[in-house]
Amino acid sequence: MKRFLHILAVAVVSFMFLSSSSFAKEVKVGVVWPMTGLVAAFGQSAWKGAKVAQSMEPKAKDGSNIHLILLDNKGMKVQTANAVSKLITEDHVKAVIGAITSSNTMAGAPIAERNKTPMLTSSATNPLVTKGKKYVSRVCFIDPFQGLVAAKYVWNTLKAKTAAVMIERDQDYSVGLAHAFIKAYKKLGGKIVSTNFFQSTDQDYSAQISTIKSKNPQVIYMPSYYQEISLFARQARQYGLNQVIMAGDGAEAEALLKIGGKAVNGVTFTTHFDPHAAATPLAKKFLKLYYKKYKGQPDAMAALGADAYFVLVHAINEAGGHKATPQKINYYIRHTKDFKGVTGVITIDPKTGNAIKSAVVRKVENGKFVYVTTVNP
Amino acid sequence: MNSTILLQQLVNGISLGSLYGLVAIGYTMVYGVIRLINFAHGDIMMVGMYFAFTGVAMMFLPWWAAFLLSMIATAFLGVLVDRMAYKPLRNASRISALITAIGVSFFLENLFLVVYGGVPKAFPVPELFGGAINIHGVIFPNIAIITPIVAIVFLLMLLFILHKTKYGMAMRALSFDMETVRIMGVNVDMIISLVFAIGSFLAALGGIFWAMRYPAINPLIGIMPGLKAFAAAVLGGIGSVTGAALGGFIIGIAEIFIVAIFPPLAGYKDAFAFLFLIFVLLFKPTGIMGEDLDRGRF
Repeated sequence: MKRFLHILAVAVVSFMFLSSSSFAKEVKVGVVWPMTGLVAAFGQSAWKGAKVAQSMEPKAKDGSNIHLILLDNKGMKVQTANAVSKLITEDHVKAVIGAITSSNTMAGAPIAERNKTPMLTSSATNPLVTKGKKYVSRVCFIDPFQGLVAAKYVWNTLKAKTAAVMIERDQDYSVGLAHAFIKAYKKLGGKIVSTNFFQSTDQDYSAQISTIKSKNPQVIYMPSYYQEISLFARQARQYGLNQVIMAGDGAEAEALLKIGGKAVNGVTFTTHFDPHAAATPLAKKFLKLYYKKYKGQPDAMAALGADAYFVLVHAINEAGGHKATPQKINYYIRHTKDFKGVTGVITIDPKTGNAIKSAVVRKVENGKFVYVTTVNP
Repeated sequence: MNSTILLQQLVNGISLGSLYGLVAIGYTMVYGVIRLINFAHGDIMMVGMYFAFTGVAMMFLPWWAAFLLSMIATAFLGVLVDRMAYKPLRNASRISALITAIGVSFFLENLFLVVYGGVPKAFPVPELFGGAINIHGVIFPNIAIITPIVAIVFLLMLLFILHKTKYGMAMRALSFDMETVRIMGVNVDMIISLVFAIGSFLAALGGIFWAMRYPAINPLIGIMPGLKAFAAAVLGGIGSVTGAALGGFIIGIAEIFIVAIFPPLAGYKDAFAFLFLIFVLLFKPTGIMGEDLDRGRF
């Protein structure tokens, strides 16, 4: 009898526990971003943006809390796959936001796809990320567009007839964007005089710089990330290679300015967002709150991080709040139309999962990022 | 490829190689004496960078003082690591010590991740090391001239210690037979600590020069240079100090020329460094300067 009472007591307590947790309604969302490693600045920035976004919209329409579970992928492919897998199978999240870089997102995507859980990336721009996937979408533009914008800028504004390209061989982002640029630039009539490769862990570019210098191009296109670009710029200037360095959205991080110092002055890049060109009411409110919290302007990664959050919450609302299935949420992510986000008006193509948006050109001037122009698709 | 570019690439290779060599000497010192491949060596190098960074950027010391203090502090850290992690395993199997070294490596990486965060820090480069000299179209970055000189000076100093002092004699004796040396009344633990101190001092020196050439430092930065320096040490004949320096130069020059001659293969240059290592070891299993495995070295 005593034993029976014990079991009864345990049963009652556990029932209370279970029911109480289901009464505090919440929607679990996994976030997989690099908080450490080579591209840590991106993940930390995006997380800042997402947190401000969450403070603006902490609950879904039905009153359930949005609970973000952040896992660090260290900027690595294996860790990304593990994190996505853990979030879906152990934490039972309804959706995953992540990852930052294209290669990492592509490592996590098949797992989301297999588990029929939506994965929304804030900034993976390689076209292959969403190719053939039903559950992977993004709130940013893709590299063929970004490469075209860069090529047009180099050709029309910088008036450069010859270019050298620096490709980070093991990053899908870099390879894809470089090819998009080369294709568009050649079509315009430009000439690629030197194609050079390197890999993520490289810090020494002296061999490539010496080769590029002997070919004397008018501009150097280096679609890579901030650390590589800043180290390259420093070494290039040391070797007397003073051409404009053109890059993609991977260049944009405070660390570029800090590591590069004077050497990165003039570095020009295509990106997603500029605080001065922010147009939507949501963007204005976001900028204000971001400034209040962090005493600075958000960069593209922060703005995109926020947009990923807003688009996802919007989809959760449409799908019915905490009762929504991942599949239903995915449907509404893919049918995002004219959503006025932080980085502009976002429309996601239901077939491809890609967002159609305008791009911004920014450059470094006197140790600061300044706005150059906006290019519409 | 004309002669100017060829010469330029050679300069690039020597400057990169001297960095590998500096770090490789520390590897070889420790291995030569206690037969431990100290996988934490690259991370100790990273610690040296962060100490110097802290001294210059956060405590506003003059650079030479910060660098010197960093090297001394890193030397003490090396001794501490040995006392806490490796000494209890002195008589255990080699694999246990090796696993411990990997553990120490993870510990240091994560400790510095917690303290300094994962975003790369900009290493402050003193004016003296920043510029470059142009000689008939061949660019010599100041740092590329200073590094090989520093590497050779410290190599000579090390050879002097090893061959002309009592401590050096004790170190060489230890590499033959630890137990016999102990019976001779030599304070073995003190000598091993000294070895770790010298090895870590040199790692910090290599780290600081590394950071001045590539001034973006993060807590995981020691991994790749550490592996390369390890390859350099093995290539040169692990246990031989001169061999380690030589191995560093060979790997540095080989890497630069692979990129220079076959640009499309540049993305795989690390693989080539290690392939090259395997190739050499096939013909000379003890490395270029390595001798009989049973004998003590340096």
